Amino acid sequence: MATFPIRIGTPDGLLFEGEAERVVCRSITGDLAILAGHCNFCTALGMGEAHIVLEDGTKREAACIGGMLSVMHGSCSLLATTWEWKEDIDAERAARAKERASEKLAKGGLSDQEYKLAQAKLQRALVRLSVKE
Amino acid sequence: MAANMKAVKLRIKSVQSTMQITKAMELVASSKLRRAKERADACRPYFQTLHKTLQDIAAGNTDVSSVYAKPQSESKCCYVLIAGDRGLAGGYNTNLFKRLEAEENGEELVVLPIGKKAVEYAHRRQIECLTENFAEIAGVSVADCFEMANLLCKAYREGRFGHIDLCYTRFISMLSQQADVLPALPLTDLVPEETEKAPVRDLILYEPDAAEVFDAIVPEYLAGLIYGGVCESVASELAARRTAMEAATNNAEEMIDRLNLHYNRARQASITQEITEIVGGAEGV
Repeated sequence: MATFPIRIGTPDGLLFEGEAERVVCRSITGDLAILAGHCNFCTALGMGEAHIVLEDGTKREAACIGGMLSVMHGSCSLLATTWEWKEDIDAERAARAKERASEKLAKGGLSDQEYKLAQAKLQRALVRLSVKE
Repeated sequence: MAANMKAVKLRIKSVQSTMQITKAMELVASSKLRRAKERADACRPYFQTLHKTLQDIAAGNTDVSSVYAKPQSESKCCYVLIAGDRGLAGGYNTNLFKRLEAEENGEELVVLPIGKKAVEYAHRRQIECLTENFAEIAGVSVADCFEMANLLCKAYREGRFGHIDLCYTRFISMLSQQADVLPALPLTDLVPEETEKAPVRDLILYEPDAAEVFDAIVPEYLAGLIYGGVCESVASELAARRTAMEAATNNAEEMIDRLNLHYNRARQASITQEITEIVGGAEGV
């Protein structure tokens, strides 16, 4: 299948640069897939599972949280706030974060800001865990 | 003569203790620099890709439904001023402030200072500060950058200023750093002059629509830009400090050599004088 160049970057570094056959991730409106030959495109990313299929057909899964995806002149750049490859996810840490956040939410009495923060933490932990499983 | 010797000796001691301090600061700066440089190197591709992508989008954008994409009539500009926490880094802070002064050309401005020196500078010039919560550049994390970006976006939407620029120091190499101003918002500021007249515009598909996409990605983009600027600036500051302290240590060494020479001359002179006095005295007996 045809491939296209893709760069995946986060503030902590460039995680991937090369050719891919397909990239699937979750945008703010739902899951989408990008194939080679896509027109110029721009969207914001939500929280969810993502994967890319490389030239040789191997599939690499990752947890992708926030950021933007754009395709310009056939090359794709995926700039995420967090992008963790499946093998790099620390499941124990995510489980602990999930516990903490859900406890906090269950206890109640949070300010708006705290509530949002705890909710976001829970979401992130859930995304990580679901990718890892 | 003896008094002169003592004065020179004291001076040597004081220069030596200064040299010890500058030497220690140089060592501290170089060890911190290694880590800061790694961080800046890791962040740079993200920073550049982010800026390039937004530039491409801005060049191709025809949709001005989002407040971030509209050209602004308000000329007031908010500078995100990223300076250091401490002095003794050569011209690092001064160069940055000079660059800002060259850029502002008398127009009204607001700053978001990051780093103690930036806060002091804003106070000295009595410039309005958006917030002073980020006075310590050493502890700024990605989360802090998001907080700043949200704050900036909120103020921008309220129309408190019409432009956002990033004023930081670019890390070119260990020996060279360059104070720089990078326009960040609105997106029309990002379009380089020459491409503005390009006859063909690349149309872009936004999903779900341009306004919503911009609302979602602009805070993200600003946070990334600020974080990148902070990484670069921290590395630049340490590199500047290392260079400055290296020069100071060398100067101190030179000074000590010269003072030693003076001291030895004074010692020699006093010995010669004593001998002359003894000989003169013996002849008199």
